[in-house]
Amino acid sequence: MTAPNSMFSAALVIPAMRDAVKKLKPRELSRNPVMFVTASVAALLTLLLALGEPGLSTGFQVQLALWLWLTVLFGTFAEALAEGRGRAQAASLRATKAELKAKLMLGVGDTYELVPATQLEKGEIVLVETGDLIPADGEVIEGVASVNEAAITGESAPVIREAGGDRSAVTAGTRVISDQIKVRVTAEPGQGFLDRMIALVEGAERRKTPNEIALTILLVGLTIIFLIAVSTIPAFASYAGGAIPVALLAALLITLIPTTIAALLSAIGIAGMDRLVRFNVLAKSGRAVEAAGDVDVLLLDKTGTITIGDRQASEFRALAGVETDMLAEAALLASLADETPEGRSIVALARERYAIRVQALPAGSEIIPFTAQTRLSGVTVAGVTIHKGAVDSILKAHPLEDALPAVQEMRRITDEIARAGGTPLAVIRDGRLLGAIHLKDVVKSGVRERFVELRKMGIRTVMITGDNPLTAAAIAAEAGVDDFLAEATPEDKLALIRREQAEGRLVAMCGDGTNDAPALAQADVGVAMNTGTQAAREAGNMVDLDSDPTKLIEVVGLGKQLLMTRGALTTFSVANDVAKYFAIIPAIFVALYPGLGVLNVMGLATPESAVLSAIIFNALIIPCLVPLALKGVRYRPMPAGPLLARNLSVYGLGGLVAPFVGIKLIDLAVSGLNLA
Amino acid sequence: MTVAGWGLILLFVAILLALAKPMGLWLFALYEGRITPLHRVLGPVERGFYRLAGIDPNEEQGWRRYALHMLLFNVALLIFTYAVLRLQGVLPVNPQGFGAVGADGAFNTAISFTTNTNWQWYSGEATLSNLSQMLGLTIQNFLSAATGIAIAFALFRGFARREVKTIGNFWADMTRVTLYLLLPICIVYAIFLIASGVPQTLAGSVDATTLEGVKQTIALGPVASQEAIKMLGTNGGGFFNANSAHPFENPTALTNLVQMLSILAIGVGLTWCFGRAVGDTRQGWAILAAMGVLFVAGVAVTYWQEAAGNPVLHQLGALGGNMEGKEVRFGIAASALFAVVTTAASCGAVNAMHDSFTALGGMIPLFNMQIGEVVVGGVGAGIYGFLLFAILAVFVAGLMVGRTPEYVGKKIEAREVKLAVLAIAILPLVILGFTAIASVLPAGLAGPLNKGPHGFSEILYAFTSCAGNNGSAFAGLTAGTPFYNGMLGVAMWLGRFFVIVPALAIAGSLAAKRHVPASSGSFPTTGGLWIGLLVGIILILGGLTFLPSLALGPIADHLAMVNGQLF
Amino acid sequence: MLSDLKSALRPALTLTLLFAALLGLAYPLALTGIGQALFPEQANGSLIREGDRVIGSNLIGQKFTSNAYFHGRPSAAGSDGYDASASSGSNLGPTSKALAERVQGDVATLSETTPGSPVPPDLVTTSASGLDPHISPEAAFFQVERVAKARGATENEIRALVRKSIEQPLLGFLGEPRVHLLQLNRSLDVRFPAR
Repeated sequence: MTAPNSMFSAALVIPAMRDAVKKLKPRELSRNPVMFVTASVAALLTLLLALGEPGLSTGFQVQLALWLWLTVLFGTFAEALAEGRGRAQAASLRATKAELKAKLMLGVGDTYELVPATQLEKGEIVLVETGDLIPADGEVIEGVASVNEAAITGESAPVIREAGGDRSAVTAGTRVISDQIKVRVTAEPGQGFLDRMIALVEGAERRKTPNEIALTILLVGLTIIFLIAVSTIPAFASYAGGAIPVALLAALLITLIPTTIAALLSAIGIAGMDRLVRFNVLAKSGRAVEAAGDVDVLLLDKTGTITIGDRQASEFRALAGVETDMLAEAALLASLADETPEGRSIVALARERYAIRVQALPAGSEIIPFTAQTRLSGVTVAGVTIHKGAVDSILKAHPLEDALPAVQEMRRITDEIARAGGTPLAVIRDGRLLGAIHLKDVVKSGVRERFVELRKMGIRTVMITGDNPLTAAAIAAEAGVDDFLAEATPEDKLALIRREQAEGRLVAMCGDGTNDAPALAQADVGVAMNTGTQAAREAGNMVDLDSDPTKLIEVVGLGKQLLMTRGALTTFSVANDVAKYFAIIPAIFVALYPGLGVLNVMGLATPESAVLSAIIFNALIIPCLVPLALKGVRYRPMPAGPLLARNLSVYGLGGLVAPFVGIKLIDLAVSGLNLA
Repeated sequence: MTVAGWGLILLFVAILLALAKPMGLWLFALYEGRITPLHRVLGPVERGFYRLAGIDPNEEQGWRRYALHMLLFNVALLIFTYAVLRLQGVLPVNPQGFGAVGADGAFNTAISFTTNTNWQWYSGEATLSNLSQMLGLTIQNFLSAATGIAIAFALFRGFARREVKTIGNFWADMTRVTLYLLLPICIVYAIFLIASGVPQTLAGSVDATTLEGVKQTIALGPVASQEAIKMLGTNGGGFFNANSAHPFENPTALTNLVQMLSILAIGVGLTWCFGRAVGDTRQGWAILAAMGVLFVAGVAVTYWQEAAGNPVLHQLGALGGNMEGKEVRFGIAASALFAVVTTAASCGAVNAMHDSFTALGGMIPLFNMQIGEVVVGGVGAGIYGFLLFAILAVFVAGLMVGRTPEYVGKKIEAREVKLAVLAIAILPLVILGFTAIASVLPAGLAGPLNKGPHGFSEILYAFTSCAGNNGSAFAGLTAGTPFYNGMLGVAMWLGRFFVIVPALAIAGSLAAKRHVPASSGSFPTTGGLWIGLLVGIILILGGLTFLPSLALGPIADHLAMVNGQLF
Repeated sequence: MLSDLKSALRPALTLTLLFAALLGLAYPLALTGIGQALFPEQANGSLIREGDRVIGSNLIGQKFTSNAYFHGRPSAAGSDGYDASASSGSNLGPTSKALAERVQGDVATLSETTPGSPVPPDLVTTSASGLDPHISPEAAFFQVERVAKARGATENEIRALVRKSIEQPLLGFLGEPRVHLLQLNRSLDVRFPAR
């Protein structure tokens, strides 16, 4: 996916400016109460200007009204810009969507009718042949195909999609590059993955998230309080025997109400979603992104997340009285036909470390493939059968007395291997146990450090693995996770999630299989792999287009960053008010009690320039903070205490100090230019 | 300022800190409904009350039921007191033969004492019979305090309980607090006061002939019994007009110290009790520390200003600190301290006339009330008011650690924010709105004794005091008019129950939530950073809301005072 | 909602009456009994008697105008001051013209009778209750010259009497050094009867 990277490229800014004006419609504005008040006040001032308010120069009033309108416009601009960025991203998707045609199966043989994809109904079956774009989200019900999903994931390597199993889901807009499949449409028209993605990145379907709602309530509350504070001033002034021009009160009100955060609030939300999309993770709702920030427990699949996906053979352990070379050769023969990475690693180990020179299976060898029933594989070479597999599977296929020294020794060796975090594979030839292959799990480099970071942030990591407890414990210790769930079944996962949730923790996990769906649905944040089944993708509240389970960690970071940005700008906005008060209060009250001039600590030139400077600062701070709102505040994993200290000093203290400087500078300019 | 003055302030703070835990432990026992040694004596009374009133003290109530029962009880009390005041003329124990209190006055006073405000438009010794003082007012002093503590308990339960719908039983909370906390302390306290010189007699007055041969009528009455609960329950309604400045209410420096301590004793205990209730006493200490910072800062400013004195009087040759409206036996330090204590809490008792304080010295009590009397605060009211601010503080800054804000294990979400904002916004609405009305209407403008900005301060102070349920006054204001009695009565009612009901709703909402276990990623609500944050939020929110009014009142007054401008 | 209200009716009304009896009657009456039994002096207002005649309360200030007595602070209690059935402060604010004029007047009067000494602030300011029984030691010393003259005693004699009647703060810091006016004036009458 490509999108303009420069935040302020002309391609984005110009349409955003146009949209900013469009967003001035009262109905649109009313969704943001603080900005609605600002616009109303701006309108009031404009009206007063037309009527002419005594006591103030027209030039001053014009400037005041102008800056108030600009304040509103800056707010709508921020939102439009954020949406624009999303829209640019969505544009390529939309182009894809426009040209989609579907081969709708008519139910008689392979006959089909060509229809626009937009007309497809849920449940209908379409044929997709080589070179076709898949017209709708669906499930493969027949056939296997390789599919290029670059349009959505940006990953050009094709993926296999096949009927049944965990790889049956296909997405509209992706292209079949070999073979043909029949797909049952699973999305209502306009409700597909592509549609949702477009809607989400554009922000069109954005609903306010819980925290955003709460924050909006707070902002409305502050607005009401300041409305009370300002609207009572005329009565107080009348006690003092004076009157204060409405325009000045309006200026005071606008500088006090939290316009800064209100203007940027929706932009922050859209941008947060946008960051996630850029990260190739698609959240089904903003709520999910927020929940990611709150996560307390991360359930991580061992394979692919904590260890590199494939285990590597690292050692042959022959039983007493067996030559290691004999074991190595048998293992090699049993693995030559095994195309799994594990099998290949056994072959490589045998050849490289043990110098076994067998190149290929002799003719007439019979390959014994791995099946779910036997759970072992092997080969029969010249009438001699070699099996390799888990000890229990081997012993099931070759019942040997438990008391046999060979069996006992085998158990001891396999336990050792398991304790070391490896997976033992037993090798048996002609009913004679030879020894074990040590398959080693390789912990990814850097994951240990990440878990340390997560722990600092207060997030507990739980490794999920199908391994036995011994192996799991060893790997857990090596990787530095806090806990592990061994021999995990989907039910175990679900139970673990429920248990954690019952204790009040929020749980995030990722998964891909259909049997992961209940756990994904139960988890507060469920990231489904895009390669996964439709069921999994429906159950999760995020989809990772790259199907990279490690990303869960980044998703948590993004969620936190989103919340932090809101909090930081709110704090900044409220802290700003102190300086604005010191600019405006003396300015409007000095006529009543000249002594109050001492409150003009900034030494602003005149009452008019003070008011104007405050209102200009209040307006300009919005575009100044747009980059921060769109990029998000800097986020580094650390415990809440230091994080708060840091953000509070930057945005709290900064928010106190910055406007004193800013207003003073603007005042110098305003008075220098004789604007007021 | 003197070393002795600061010595008193430090001693006061030290004793208060030492009181927090023992008082908190006792409160916690009542919060939990535990059996205390006092149950042996008063248990039968408690059970008898329940039986006669048809109360099952173990019935758990949801927040709505809790609130409705509390409201109905307060309405009943309001009507009762109103009736006593209106019937004063025909009721016994009326040695001075006072007639009935007027309708507007009785309305105001009944609300005033029901809401724990104890604003007094009247002068007690010249208006109320001994029966009215006892039956009409003393009962309210107990029960409004008990109601406040009950509400605090309910809110604590909201934080402490997990996934339940109920927040306790109002009747049980209120009755237990009255019987096992307020009443026993008051009995001991009142005996101490009597021993120190506070009258306790049914006689109305006694005539004396002074050394110079002039007749002096000395008003008397059952003062000590009312004085004890007046302070302990942060009520503040004096038996006499001069309140705790009157030598009969507060005869010595020692009674003065004890009175100040008794204003805040339950309040500091409640902070500890809160920490204990939520399972982490550090939470309580953190709150107390934040309150302490605000308190000491307030005392410092007031003491400094009062000790510096009034430059206007200096010009005239009356040098030294500001002694106008202060008693010699207390001096400046104890008067400044008392003023800050009484407005930190929602007490409103005074041992000096705030109206005659220097402009900034008088602004601190005013500001203390404007921020909602959350510096320790009134019994119950202080801690639930403070927790509302804590909720907002957690919400604003909590987002900055990248999590949905949590406070003591409960997530703070839209509903809590809405209710907290509602409860906090009522104060500016009433204070500023009503002050605005009074500053333009002739009936309002007729009130102030002083002219210029100080007159405005008098109006502002009255509505602040009433909305905050404090009851102290810039007493120059002539408040015994239908206009002020009515407006201030409404202000008191709004300021009390429009905070309590949202607070109870928050309690209900929190109780239903899951408990979120703390981790290193949780927002820290103990420690210096949090304390600073709380102080900052309270000062900024309070300051921003009320700065315009303060600028036109005390600040303008101060600048005039410095410049020697008189009104 | 309605059923909640109904269920509250009986407890509300019954408890109002029960608590009224307990807190409004039993509690103050019991304390009155205790007070009268244990501390009858204090409970009845710490009255000072000369024979059958009540001459005042030990806690309540009196008005003194005669030159032969030490004077107390200005009082806003009642129309004449020191009205012990109408306690009150002046409630004049710091920028009050009325306050400034009053203080100016008092300072002028005091400076006339005792020229040359700085006027102690408590002597020109009203107390909070209007019934302050005390003055500061400075205020007492300030009046020594006038009282001595009126009593026909030496200033040193009077000053010694004042010094003796100074009450020090409890533990050195609880309260202020002060002089109990009524007691001082009574001992004046005893030691230096007016001629």
